[in-house]
Amino acid sequence: MAKNIVEFRNLKTYFYTEEGVVKAVNDVSFSIREGETVCVVGESGCGKSVTALSLMRLIQSPPGKIEGGEIIFDGRDVLKLSEAEMRKIRGNEIGMIFQEPMTSLNPVLTIGEQLMEPLMVHKFMSKKEAWNKAIELIKQVGIPRAEQIMTSYPHELSGGMRQRIMIAIALSCDPKLLIADEPTTALDVTIQAQILDLLRKIKQERNMALMLITHDLGIVAEMADYVVVMYAGKVIEEAPVRELFKNPKHPYTRGLLKAKPIIGKRQDKLYTIPGQVPNPIGLGNYCYFSDRCEYAMDICRQKIPQLTADENGHKVACWLYEGEWKK
Amino acid sequence: MTQFIIRRLLQSIPTLIGASIVIFLIFALAPGDYVTRQLENPKMTEERAAQLRALYGLDKPLPERYVSWATGLLKGDLGDSLMFRKPVVQVINDFIWNSFILGVAIMFFEWLIASIVGIYSAIRQYSVFDTIATLLVFILYSLPSFFLGLVMLKIFAVDHRWFPLGGMITTGSNYTGWAYIVDVAKHMVLPVATLTLISVGGLSRYFRANMLEVIKQDYIRTARAKGLKERTVIFKHALRNALLPLITLFTLELPSLFAGAMITERIYNWPGIGKVVLEAIYVRDYPLFLGYTMLITVLTILANILADVLYGVADPRVRLK
Ligand SMILES: Nc1ncnc2c1ncn2[C@@H]1O[C@H](COP(=O)(O)OP(=O)(O)OP(=O)(O)O)[C@@H](O)[C@H]1O
Ligand code: SF4
Ligand SMILES: [Mg+2]
Repeated sequence: MAKNIVEFRNLKTYFYTEEGVVKAVNDVSFSIREGETVCVVGESGCGKSVTALSLMRLIQSPPGKIEGGEIIFDGRDVLKLSEAEMRKIRGNEIGMIFQEPMTSLNPVLTIGEQLMEPLMVHKFMSKKEAWNKAIELIKQVGIPRAEQIMTSYPHELSGGMRQRIMIAIALSCDPKLLIADEPTTALDVTIQAQILDLLRKIKQERNMALMLITHDLGIVAEMADYVVVMYAGKVIEEAPVRELFKNPKHPYTRGLLKAKPIIGKRQDKLYTIPGQVPNPIGLGNYCYFSDRCEYAMDICRQKIPQLTADENGHKVACWLYEGEWKK
Repeated sequence: MTQFIIRRLLQSIPTLIGASIVIFLIFALAPGDYVTRQLENPKMTEERAAQLRALYGLDKPLPERYVSWATGLLKGDLGDSLMFRKPVVQVINDFIWNSFILGVAIMFFEWLIASIVGIYSAIRQYSVFDTIATLLVFILYSLPSFFLGLVMLKIFAVDHRWFPLGGMITTGSNYTGWAYIVDVAKHMVLPVATLTLISVGGLSRYFRANMLEVIKQDYIRTARAKGLKERTVIFKHALRNALLPLITLFTLELPSLFAGAMITERIYNWPGIGKVVLEAIYVRDYPLFLGYTMLITVLTILANILADVLYGVADPRVRLK
């Protein structure tokens, strides 16, 4: 079995806002193995981006602060690294692309400039070498007329092309891990498919691990090896992709799967999970899903269920399964 | 680009005509004229006043007066100053450059200090530095120039005699070369300091606000995610974007280099155009005042065009058509 490239151990990232403390990431543990694609799914605001940004140590502070835990990347705890050491990881060993291709590139710098930057900083390339490598990267992400693109500005490119450029930037230094935070949410459907194909192709060629953040289960089914489901700052279920789709355990995961439209099966109305994500401020010691859960029991409101693995390594945090293997 | 500039210049002709009419009317319709002022003199008779009015052309109907003034304008003739008994163009030329050197020095220090303070406040938001800077800015911002000017004069020229009381050169001196420059510089310190202190606050807030706005943009996060040094992130990725709106502000401030500072020049007795124009208002020397106002109007229109051109050069998203 491949070794872990990243291991989140009891990560806690909080935001100290005027309304109170937001435990955006609240005791999260999971790992990503070398060359594996892990999808992190969950509703808006459940802490997916904050988890990824904690790994990059790019949490805006104040108001944010990583309050506890460890993030082991390639044998080092990134939370203990100096800022200078961290910079050598960012953009070099870990590449990251973001949700908004329209605003993620600097409007006043040419594409070439922005692509060459990490090559010159991390790989110590000369301007000439960086230029050639950048052209090669643009071709790799499937954009024609690379020379012309180099001297273009972001506003001259379409959303899909910009996201390809973001991918090229993230890949430029051959990272061991690529974080893609909802890379296709802002794009229309055909472009989405192209970008996902590109990510899959690149991942295979380079045997790079991919942490793919999404709330689209269609993307999960297509891309993931392993799935981590988050809810209100916690991991509530994780399993290999086939296992999760075949045998979802947590009522929330089941709800998500039910909420996904199935092709060929016309439904009058899409299923939606009733209720809303709880207010992230001041959550207590109970299952955060209990307000919306049709199976909620007394214990669910009194004690928080812990993430526990079954014999197949399928992990879930729900009182429904607690008795099963703890006889 | 050239096409853009030519078109904008042509477009500004109607603006100028409109502005000249408005400016002319405001001064023509305001109560009193140069002769009214003279009536305070007991020796002045109504008869003599009427003669004078006829001499200055003040008895003619408004449209006729406008046309004769405007035709002069077209020929570059702004008429004669009543108070100096010299062509307005010459009067302006005599004083405007004194204001200009003051203005250049003020603008230089204003932008230098504001940029440093503003940017540093932004990247260290809520730090001790930022808090103190914010407090100082608001104090300075709320001080009227005459107050600060007089206080500085009292402290640094009267009590301590570090700097001269006023004027541009030491009276009776005839320094030349380097000594002359040093003498003028000494006289400049207090007016420049007064006006810089008063204007630096607002501008530094602009710098700070723009910088804060830019720092939270997605592309700054991208720059950090690339593993760039914080210095590169701030000065290469953030600053350029934060400066864009300031280019306009800077260009639109250029005409003020020639406008002079009425109150401060008066306090420090600086022989600038501001002080002269203030006197022109008192004695209703309308040709001088009109000429000055038209000059500033033209400069402002030109500065607007220049602002658009520079913005187009600096921001790749803007294409001038
Ligand atoms: N800068 C911030 N200041 C205050 N709270 C923040 C900040 N950034 C994130 N949060 C809070 O952290 C929580 C998790 O946010 P996060 O961005 O990780 O959600 P997400 O799962 O990525 O959602 P989405 O699908 O909308 O991207 C949210 O409740 C949000 O309010
Ligand atoms: S712990 Fe209880 S409330 Fe929470 S998901 Fe399971 S059954 Fe529902
Ligand atoms: Mg997010």
